[in-house]
Amino acid sequence: MWSFFHKLGSPPWLYAISGSILRWLLPITLLALFVGAAWGLLFTAPDFRQGNSYRIIYIHVPTSVVSLAAYYIMAIAGAISLIWRMKMADVAMRATAPIGAALTFTALLTGGIWGEPTWGTWWVWDGRTTSMLVLLFLYLGVVALYEAYDNKEAASKACAVLSLVGTVNIPIIYKSVDWWYSLHQPASIKFTGESAIDSSMLYPLLLMICAFYALFTCCLLMNMRAEILQRESRTGWVRKLVASKGDS
Amino acid sequence: MHPVRRQRLLLVLFIVVFSSVAIGLVTYALRGNINLFFPPAEVAAGMAPVGQPLRVGGMVEEGSVRRAADSLAVSFRLTDYQASVEVVYEGILPDLFDEGQGAVAAGVLNEAGVLQATEVLAKHDENYMPPEVAEALEKSGYDHKGVPQ
Repeated sequence: MWSFFHKLGSPPWLYAISGSILRWLLPITLLALFVGAAWGLLFTAPDFRQGNSYRIIYIHVPTSVVSLAAYYIMAIAGAISLIWRMKMADVAMRATAPIGAALTFTALLTGGIWGEPTWGTWWVWDGRTTSMLVLLFLYLGVVALYEAYDNKEAASKACAVLSLVGTVNIPIIYKSVDWWYSLHQPASIKFTGESAIDSSMLYPLLLMICAFYALFTCCLLMNMRAEILQRESRTGWVRKLVASKGDS
Repeated sequence: MHPVRRQRLLLVLFIVVFSSVAIGLVTYALRGNINLFFPPAEVAAGMAPVGQPLRVGGMVEEGSVRRAADSLAVSFRLTDYQASVEVVYEGILPDLFDEGQGAVAAGVLNEAGVLQATEVLAKHDENYMPPEVAEALEKSGYDHKGVPQ
């Protein structure tokens, strides 16, 4: 267990292992995205009340779900970098922020596009949309805060604290539809009991959620690899790597 | 664990717990303002301010929607099955607006307890199913929530 933890802290090991993970994860992700999107958009029945406009669920729900999970990844990486001063955790925290921001932005955008024909408005200040907007600002805040410091070690600490404080927003987003009256409906997918979404629509949705988790993992690893190379550009193993790539 | 790291771990836990409690208390104190709308029962109980912009949300009462023949004016009643609020509105209603479905109306409540709405939004529930499934459920005497009719 601890040796694995120590290995994670080694840039050359992380660079190599992430490369071999990406080699098979990336094609699977693209395939799952393609199959899930085609299944959801072309081969499921329209909804009995919303017709075809509900199909945006296949982008809206996965991006929202993964944007919440990504925040925990960022905060946990931030905590590890604060406690153990592990550089690779710091890299992971920084790499997550722009991906999370992109996912949150997509969730808000698709929500607006969905809301206009169904609810009758692009935007409403209900509990969930507002707390999702706060999540977008938290992600962008981490990106901006890191860039605001010249001393990158101080920047990492500040970003880690910001992302830890922001974790309180995640349960708020998740429970907002149950705690307060909002325009959003309660959850359709239930972990216990029968889901309120028909199984013919649920399976492609679950596939899309898994595909977006995989897409997030791929983006995170690729972001981390780029960051590792940049940080370690003066070390021997990177020079060797560049030299061997130059030959082939 | 190394004492320095243990201290940092405690600091991290303190940050998370402290900020959660602080924000939890703030949202608890503001809980009335975070709600998007008033349910009709609260309006009937006089808890909603008169003459100020607010939203009322509930189900559109069956058989209560009346449309004017020569304009876009429409009136309907919003209910939470305890009380109901009369809403008058002039404009285009969203696609999902229907009797027996959820809706949120924004506007000003007058002295008579009638909401002069400036915006009506449709609220949809968490159920998604193909039309055939909905039809089959209806035939077998259940509504789309699986509740016997």
